[in-house]
Amino acid sequence: MNRFEEYKDIWVFAEQRDGKLANVALELIGEGRRLSRDMERNTKVYAILAGTQEDVDSLAKECFEYGADGVISLQHPLLKQYTTDAYTKALTELIIQRKPEIVIYGATHIGRDLAPRIAARVNTGLTADCTHLDVNLDKYVDYANKNTTLDTSKIDPASDDGGLKMTRPAFGGNLMATIICPNTRPQMSTVRPGVMQRLERDPQADGEVEVVVPQLEEKDIRVKVLEVIKSAKEMVSLTDADIICSGGRGLGGPEGFELMRRFAEKTGGVVGASRAAVDSGWIDHSHQVGQTGTTVKPKIYFACGISGAIQHLAGMQTSDIIVAINKDPDAPIFTVADFGIVGDLYKVVPTIINLWDDAEELYETDLRRQ
Amino acid sequence: MAYKVIVCAKQVPDTNVIRIDPKTGTLIRQGVPSILNPDDANALEGALTLKDRYPGSTVTVVTMGPPQAKDILIEAIAMGADKGVLLTDRAVGGSDTWATSNALAGVIQYLGNFDILIGGRQAIDGDTAQVGPQIAEKLGIPQVTYVEGLEIEEDGRTVLAKRQLEDGYETVEVALPCMLTCVKELNEPRYMTYAGIFDEEMDEKIITLSATDVNLDPAIVGLKASPTNVFRSFTPKPKGRGIMLDGSDEKELATRLLVNLKAKHVI
Repeated sequence: MNRFEEYKDIWVFAEQRDGKLANVALELIGEGRRLSRDMERNTKVYAILAGTQEDVDSLAKECFEYGADGVISLQHPLLKQYTTDAYTKALTELIIQRKPEIVIYGATHIGRDLAPRIAARVNTGLTADCTHLDVNLDKYVDYANKNTTLDTSKIDPASDDGGLKMTRPAFGGNLMATIICPNTRPQMSTVRPGVMQRLERDPQADGEVEVVVPQLEEKDIRVKVLEVIKSAKEMVSLTDADIICSGGRGLGGPEGFELMRRFAEKTGGVVGASRAAVDSGWIDHSHQVGQTGTTVKPKIYFACGISGAIQHLAGMQTSDIIVAINKDPDAPIFTVADFGIVGDLYKVVPTIINLWDDAEELYETDLRRQ
Repeated sequence: MAYKVIVCAKQVPDTNVIRIDPKTGTLIRQGVPSILNPDDANALEGALTLKDRYPGSTVTVVTMGPPQAKDILIEAIAMGADKGVLLTDRAVGGSDTWATSNALAGVIQYLGNFDILIGGRQAIDGDTAQVGPQIAEKLGIPQVTYVEGLEIEEDGRTVLAKRQLEDGYETVEVALPCMLTCVKELNEPRYMTYAGIFDEEMDEKIITLSATDVNLDPAIVGLKASPTNVFRSFTPKPKGRGIMLDGSDEKELATRLLVNLKAKHVI
């Protein structure tokens, strides 16, 4: 008999702000479905919503459409805004009562505030910022063989206990570690936004919503939110972008991002930045790509004047196509680039912008020439 | 008003200078300097700023690690901290975040009352950001994470903090005592002073404690007590070099690039 028999199902914390689901919530529902297929005992994926009735009522359908088998909706006026105290209390009580086998959260500023607090209260393990999850050991070995330098010959397939294998970067992306939580339940992790795949939306999907009203009082909430300010700065959604035009130290100054903005405008992309450029104060940190910024995987990543520090590479090397433009032919960025151009970005990028609309024609001409 | 401020800090390898051996695919740790974790330096600066503003306040820096972790306490005192406390013991080695927070909460309880606990958002070796909130939970105090602005209100017992969000910030209010974890936007850490580096009382200002000194329950600290274990660790596979484009001028280079992107059906 399984000593964790009582623990069942996968829970996804379906983070919402102002009645809008976070993208990562939908990605995690998709990942939960993928994991559940490798689990026994008819494992189901539940989306856990938390908020006021007004804010979360309309979100349950969306969770079903993206693959949730069930929705538990925590509703209370005191869940209007995210607070550590109220959310920790509501979720912890539900976890202790219902005993999920796995709980995953988005590694957002909310998820990374909430999950450790819950883990400490429930006294279970928590793995931060995961980029890959597996329950099946054979699938883990396949993943490791394909993407890592791990010697998998020493892993005994018969040793699989069906536990969650949570893989994450450490040491600034220099090292990857797979973490397990063998002796306590639930197994919990936060997962980096933009890494997991959401499922195709099924507009027909629907299901049963269970509404739970947690016991909350004003005095439970010790940190009072006075105001929430959305910055006037442009919204950057690096994780959703198909094309990212990213600039680094090689831009030479803040004015370089003017060129990046023109580049992004022409290509329909968004502007990204390396840590060096952000630390120099040339652009806001919300544009930062890399280990301490956002992980991205656009269709095309243009790295302009970015040398390719390991932290940066960790955040963008799973992009479909990487184009590197740099003066220094020895820049590490070229080791991950699909296409490299050694040259002055201030000459190369404007030329790409000028020729962008002619790409089809240039391609046809090139085909005829061959 | 005067405040007792405790700073949680960690000594970390400078991950910016870690390189991978291209032949073996392993980390080259040799020659990698150990430093005060950058976010923790901001936490210390935040504490020292409070001390400057509220004379009579004290700043104690707490860390856990091998004996050489004492170096960051020396650095902190040279910047202006009053006291450094090092918990060093094999019994706490290999702790995950849950066990680490139990150990540090134990040290903090041993030290007695405090008003403000402050630490960096996360350490650059683990990047978990979990220990701060977990210490707060173990001590039963409220937390504010991602702090990028910090003041004490007129009543002297309430912190007004600016908490960074992905798309802006929120202003929050919390009564003391509380735990704050801060980001680099909070401030610019000061330098060590000459007088601080050559502080004659340096030795007296640093206390080294063992697990038994602070009465830690062996069942909740160390490798064995940790709920999470490392199953495997490895280096990512390098993606491999692609095509370097050639051309006599920018126009030719840009054309080659666009033709290639078209051929890959990505534009």
